[in-house]
Amino acid sequence: MSVNASWYLTLAALLFTIGAVGLLVRRNVLVMFMCIELMLNAANLTFVTFARALNDIGGQVAVFFVLVVAAAEVVVGLGIIVAIFRRKVGATADDAHVLKG
Amino acid sequence: MSAALLATATIPDAVTFALAAVICVVGALGVVLVRNPVHSALSLVMTLFGIAVLFVEQDAQFLAAVQVIVYTGAIVVLFLFVIMLLGVDRRERVLADTFRGQRVVAVVLGLMVLAEVVLLGHTRWTTGAHAAAGPLNGPGSNVAKLGRSIFTTYLVPFEVTSALLVVAIVGAVVLARRPGMRDGSAPPGAAEGLEEPVSPGAAGEGLDAADEDEDDKAVAR
Repeated sequence: MSVNASWYLTLAALLFTIGAVGLLVRRNVLVMFMCIELMLNAANLTFVTFARALNDIGGQVAVFFVLVVAAAEVVVGLGIIVAIFRRKVGATADDAHVLKG
Repeated sequence: MSAALLATATIPDAVTFALAAVICVVGALGVVLVRNPVHSALSLVMTLFGIAVLFVEQDAQFLAAVQVIVYTGAIVVLFLFVIMLLGVDRRERVLADTFRGQRVVAVVLGLMVLAEVVLLGHTRWTTGAHAAAGPLNGPGSNVAKLGRSIFTTYLVPFEVTSALLVVAIVGAVVLARRPGMRDGSAPPGAAEGLEEPVSPGAAGEGLDAADEDEDDKAVAR
C-alpha cells in the first residue's frame, strides 16, 4: 500500500505554488514558461493521485491529454518567443511590453 | 511526519515518496531561484524525474515513461535549443523589482494559494459517481487498460487532440517563417543569385532587422 493520498496532494500543491510564484516573480520569458510546465506537472500529479485514490483510470487518461496539450503549447509558445526575440534584443518580459510596434 | 507517512504505507514506499518529494521540491525551487536559464531547465528535468518516480509509485507506469520521454526528452530539449539559439542565457537579476512590492505580493499570494489547496487536499473530496472510464485496479497491465479507455471511451477527444497537434505544427511553421517569404519559397534572389533591389515602399512597411538580415544572406549566396 502506497503513501496516503493527502501527502501526494500536499506535494502537488507545493509544486503548483512554487510554479505560480515563479511565474509572478521571474522576468525571463523562458523561465516563466518553465514555471508553467511546473504547474502543469503539479496538476498531473494530482490527477494520478486521484486516479489511484478513487480506483479510476480516467485520471490517467486526463494526464495523457494534458501531456499532449502541453506539448502543443510549448511548440507554439516557443515559436512566439523566437518570433519576438528575432526583432528585439531584450531577454525579459518587460522588453516586450509594446507588442504592436 | 514519519508516523503519519507510515500509517498506511510500507517503509520502502514511504522512503521512495520522501526522496522523490525532496527531489521534486528542490528542482522546482531551482527553476525559480537559479539565475541562469540553462540551470533552470536542468532543474526542471530534476523535478520531472521526481514526478515520474511518483507516477511509478502510483501504478501509472505508462505515464511515467511518457513523462520521461516527452517532457525531459523533447520539451526540455526544445527549451534548451531556444535558449542556445537566442543566446538569452544571460544572468537575470532575480531580486530587482520592476514594480514596487511585486515580489512580496507574489509570495503572499502564493502562500495563500498553498494554504487553500492544502486545506482542500486534507478534507473530504469524493463526491458524485465514478467516471465511466473503468477501474484502475484489476486484471491486465496499466498500458492495456489505458489504451482501451483512450480508444473506446475517449476516442473523440483523442481525435480532437490529433487535430490540435496539426494546428500547433502549422502555427509553429507560420511563426518561424521569416516575414519576407510570403509564398514559402526561397528568399528573393537566392535561386538565381540575383540581387533584388529593395523597393523603398516595401521597406517602409514593417520591414526591420530580420528582413535586412535576410537580404544580407541573399547577397551572400
